[in-house]
Amino acid sequence: MIIADTLKTPQPLVEIKNLSAGYRHETILEDINLTIEQDDFIGLIGPNGGGKTTLLRVILGLLQPKSGTIQVMGEPPEKGRQHIGYVPQFAEYDAEFPISVRDVVRMGRLSNKRLFKPYSAEDDRVVEERLVWVDLLDYQDRAIRELSGGQRQRVYIARALASDPRLLVLDEPTVSVDIEARTHIYELLYKINKEGVAIFLVTHDLNVISSYVKTIGCLNRNLHYHGEKQITDDMLSATYGCPVDLIAHGLPHRVLAEHEGEK
Amino acid sequence: MAELLSYGFMRNALMAGALVSLACGIIGTLVVLKRMVFISGGVAHTAYGGVGLAFYLGVTPMLGAVAFSLIASYLMGYVQRQTRQRQDTLIGVMWAIGMAVGIIFADMTPGYKADLMSYLFGSILAVTQADLWMMLAVNLLVLIFVVLFYKELQAVAFDESFARVRNLPVDLLYVALVAMIGLAVVMLMRVVGLIMIIALLTVPAAIGALFLKHMKHIMWLAMALSLVFTTGGLLLSFFFNLTSGATIILIAGVTYLGALLVHKSCQRCSA
Repeated sequence: MIIADTLKTPQPLVEIKNLSAGYRHETILEDINLTIEQDDFIGLIGPNGGGKTTLLRVILGLLQPKSGTIQVMGEPPEKGRQHIGYVPQFAEYDAEFPISVRDVVRMGRLSNKRLFKPYSAEDDRVVEERLVWVDLLDYQDRAIRELSGGQRQRVYIARALASDPRLLVLDEPTVSVDIEARTHIYELLYKINKEGVAIFLVTHDLNVISSYVKTIGCLNRNLHYHGEKQITDDMLSATYGCPVDLIAHGLPHRVLAEHEGEK
Repeated sequence: MAELLSYGFMRNALMAGALVSLACGIIGTLVVLKRMVFISGGVAHTAYGGVGLAFYLGVTPMLGAVAFSLIASYLMGYVQRQTRQRQDTLIGVMWAIGMAVGIIFADMTPGYKADLMSYLFGSILAVTQADLWMMLAVNLLVLIFVVLFYKELQAVAFDESFARVRNLPVDLLYVALVAMIGLAVVMLMRVVGLIMIIALLTVPAAIGALFLKHMKHIMWLAMALSLVFTTGGLLLSFFFNLTSGATIILIAGVTYLGALLVHKSCQRCSA
């Protein structure tokens, strides 16, 4: 199954240059430069309040940058975002909302171009395919509130995939999800990335992302991203400030550069 | 019963109850699911300013109510969009100012003012043929709006930022929805009165949301429940000589409490 159309474009999916962003009186992101290419699988870590969600909002065109430029598929984000599949943070919406799994996934088929058109057989086919993809076809008639946190998150991934995105953007996809479900979600993202959809995810979850993502960045007001999988001490101390050792403890060794004189 | 229906005012009242139920079920469901109860209250009370102004100018009060509730809808929508903070305060202030404007205009209007009270407490028995036509028009508008934009409204109610990323006209839909609330409010003002609007708008949908898992089904149940509440309340108030608006709301409120209890015990036995 092919999720993204295989048409390769020369331009990057997202290109951010010298960008600052924030709210009225505070700057949260400063001098951000980032390129997201086709096939990328980027994990972005950073402390709370470091601007992870703000960066996502800028990429999604939900927040205007203060300075600098951002292009999504060579267009302003308000236009280019139609190629982005967005998986919002868990707590953002009402888990009690009365709606079935299928109806949630179908939302991925909506757009401003088809306002007066009812859902078609083609939409139903795509929705079913995505539900198979996230392993939830048997749950399609269940209400969203009857699902576990992990299942719900997979429904939102299916919804994002239903819009045939070139890039999947996820905001803390494994918050309040147990370890088993967490692995399931990352396996799924790995599979999706293999199908040619770029993935950009922000998380606290250092351990798990290390084994699935291709590259890692650190964000705390400034972005430290070199298109590499290793997190260097410099990146960590710049991102988290002093207590680097504490954080380094939680990291598998192949992600961390070897300390000189360690062991 | 046949005797009851021989009264023209009773026929009108029952008809008004039915018409109101349709809009209540549909708009009320969206209000409850999107958590816009407070905004609806704000729109309703601002509309009272319009009633007062209409009295003062000597035009149909409903006209003033429609104008004010539409303006209020737009302002509330704007407040919701633009200011991230203190929107509940702003809505509360508009709520009070609307009422105050209504009362001041009533003060300035010479002569008999009892009629202004009927907008506070409702007067379903005084519904006229013209009111019924107005209600029918509002219902048609609400129906067309929701049928045309059902899937988009559901998406916006469920997850606004996702809807935005899909480039749906989120702001436009929101303002249109608040305008529909405004129109529904004007209708309800006739039936149960300003003070009790919120109950009739939200209770039927809230009961539906307890037990059903599809927005569409909740709308149907909410319509049926409002029909039961308005008709039941009307009959009871007639036979026991009570205020109709209050009777309707009391039936709705008691049913809601009962539904909450049933829902609680259902959870316990299934858990």
